[in-house]
Order: sequence, then structure tokens, then C-alpha cells
Amino acid sequence: MLVNQFLFLGAILFCIGVYGVLVRKNGVLVLMSIELILNSVNLNLVAFGALWHANDPGNMSGQVFALFVIAIAAAEVGVGLAIVLMLYRNRRSIDIDEVDLMKG
Amino acid sequence: MSAAVLAAETLVAQNIAFYVIAALMVAAAVRVVTCRNMVHAALWLVIVLAGMAGQFILLAAEFVAITQVLVYIGAIVVLFLFGIMLTRSSMGEGESLDNGRQAQIVGGVTGLVLLGVLGYSLWDGFGDDQFPPLLVQTTEQVSDSIFSTYLLPFEAVSVLLTAALIGAIVLARRD
Repeated sequence: MLVNQFLFLGAILFCIGVYGVLVRKNGVLVLMSIELILNSVNLNLVAFGALWHANDPGNMSGQVFALFVIAIAAAEVGVGLAIVLMLYRNRRSIDIDEVDLMKG
Repeated sequence: MSAAVLAAETLVAQNIAFYVIAALMVAAAVRVVTCRNMVHAALWLVIVLAGMAGQFILLAAEFVAITQVLVYIGAIVVLFLFGIMLTRSSMGEGESLDNGRQAQIVGGVTGLVLLGVLGYSLWDGFGDDQFPPLLVQTTEQVSDSIFSTYLLPFEAVSVLLTAALIGAIVLARRD
């Protein structure tokens, strides 16, 4: 297997996620696109971790970092959805382009 | 059958599995960002996440693959579905979920330029480097690493999760 085939898959998913964050208007869908981005980064971390592990079997850094990213992503979704819920309660809409109270 | 032939056949099988799963994942990811129905978008996201678990298995990272299934498919997607149900916004087709045409053009151009830059630098950096024969990275080794080298970050993450839990409750409760 090429190293690059995993890295390219990660890059493609990352770009699709960036497109989603820019184009989507609905708050929950923006959070889903962010999940895509975080997952593609995880793929890179695990691929580099496997590459490193094959040369130095004592080193597990890639996987451990991927696990930390998963934990942070879970926390991010929890708080993000709470904010979206709050937004819905106050405005009856979760379109993020209407949230411009702090716009100068 | 000699060991070398067996190894070569395994490699071919791994490559076929990779490309089939990768094609599925990219197609599903495109549906996630273009789908007109929010519940369908969440279900397409499940396919991307499951495919990612498959890729982790191909990379011989068993613990991360299982965690991916448990945390992402088991918890985060369910959380998304709850979010969609609670905000009841456009369960069916119709209502606009996207920004206008202009945002689509900007998003498309940004994505393509980013893909070009990333693709060029990846190809420049790694070319056609092959993986050496992968060793299975066992759960035992992962836990040894977390509870020795990365003990302090691990504790910090547990504090962060507690803080996120309290923050989410404070934000979402009715008072």
C-alpha cells in the first residue's frame, strides 16, 4: 500500500468538509461538516502512526493522538449542539447567517 | 503456497478493499454536504464514519477502529439526530439549508484550491513511498502508551470532558 493513498483520501475528505462549512447555512449541518474535517485529520494521524510503528514498534503516538482528537470532537459536538439548541429556543431558527448580533 | 506469494496476494486484497471503501466514503461525504434532507445527511455521515473505521482496520489500528464505531456512530450521530429532532427544522424536503449561489461558488473554489495545494505537497513529499509490512498495533500497547508517556494529557482530557459536560448542561437547561 502507498502511504499517499491514505493521505490523499484524508485530503479529499478535508476539502469536502471545508466546502460544507462554507456552503451550509443550518447549524447542525455545519457541525457535521466539522466532523468530516476532524475525521480526515484522524486518518492522517493513524496512517503516520502506522508508518512510524512499523519502523519503531514501541511508538504508539499516532493512535494516541487520534484518540485524543476523538475525545475533543465528542466534547465539541456536545457543546456545539447545546449552543444550537439555545439558538433555536431564542430565535426559532438555526440558520447561522442570522446570528449577526456581534457584527460590527 | 510460499510466504512471498501469500504476502503479495494479501497486499492486492488490501488495495482492493481500500479503493472500494474510499470510493464509498467520498461519495457519501459529497452527499453529506449536498443533501437536501437533514436526516439523510446524518445517515450518509454514518457511512463515512464506518468506512473510516474500515480504513483504520486496514492500517492495523484495531483500538482506534473500535473507538471510532463506539464513539462516532454510537454516540455522536445519535446526538446529531437528537439535535435535528429537537430543532424540528425542515424534517422533509424544501426549506433552504444552504447559502446562496455565491457561497457555493466561493466554497467550491476554496475546496478545489485547497485540494490542489494539499495534493501537490503530499505528492511532492511522499511520492510513491510504500508502507513497510505493517505490524498489528495492539490495544495493550496503546494503553501502555496512554498510561505512561501520555498520562498528563490523558488527565487533562478527562477534565476537559467534565467541563464540556457541565457547559452543555448549563447551556441547554431551561430556567
